[in-house]
Amino acid sequence: MNSAVIVFPGSNCDRDLAVALEQVTGHKPAMVWHRETELPDGVDFIGVPGGFSYGDYLRSGAMAARSPVMGAVKDAASRGVPVIGICNGFQVLTEAGLLPGALMRNAGLSFVCRPVRLRVENSQSLFTSGYDSGEEIVFPVAHHDGNYQADEGTLERLEGEGRVAFRYLEEVNGSARSVAGILNDAGNVLGLMPHPERVVETAHGGTDGRRLFEGLLETVGA
Amino acid sequence: MKARVFITLKSGVLDPQGKAIHHALEGLGFNGVNDVRAGKLIELDLAEGTSDGDIEEMCRKLLANTVIENFRIERMENA
Repeated sequence: MNSAVIVFPGSNCDRDLAVALEQVTGHKPAMVWHRETELPDGVDFIGVPGGFSYGDYLRSGAMAARSPVMGAVKDAASRGVPVIGICNGFQVLTEAGLLPGALMRNAGLSFVCRPVRLRVENSQSLFTSGYDSGEEIVFPVAHHDGNYQADEGTLERLEGEGRVAFRYLEEVNGSARSVAGILNDAGNVLGLMPHPERVVETAHGGTDGRRLFEGLLETVGA
Repeated sequence: MKARVFITLKSGVLDPQGKAIHHALEGLGFNGVNDVRAGKLIELDLAEGTSDGDIEEMCRKLLANTVIENFRIERMENA
């Protein structure tokens, strides 16, 4: 699997994601700076990492979503290349219009940084085939703007089409219907606030995130 | 030529920051406040001849997230 990790000024989970991908796939991902207008040839997976791109100025993810590289990411996504956006990456993907809804300030106003319990709602996606449907897992969260909101029609559609991939099993940030991660309509773009790349080896205190990347590798192919 | 862009949350969208400000006002003894909504004000210094359409496009493409926010443009003719 040839992965690319997009790097914005202020990204800070790009290296964690790269390490997780390399451990699971055996290949070092290409790190792609936000000013690039093209992705390396043959990229078959794109990761948009967490962090504080552009210092969260204007709105979290707003500036990054309009940076040159996002044109190439959108093109790849429309060709069916799997794209994952984690934390700030999820915010970037909603701002870029690749995923519906928006991530607002946490309902409790505090930055939330702790392991949280999640339920895998859909194990049929490219990203979740390593899990069982309904399985409970633990990923850490670390965010200030993770309060997922969308209009009622969008939420109904997401639920009806099985596009809620992960749901919080505890109160975290006020997200509508406890949504923690969603898929696009084609199923090849996933955005989630919790960090799977931070739980891939036992030294991390958990390995629940590893199966996300393993499942992806299995579906995308080596 | 200057213009001001007011960005506000759409009605019905929860505003945790507005709520916190409301609570803080009540904590200071201001009890007559029914509700608080927080927004943004962006001032633009623009080249002469920038059209309303141009400013609206700036709002739609970047300044506001129209999923959750409304915007209003106010031109300051004498500025």
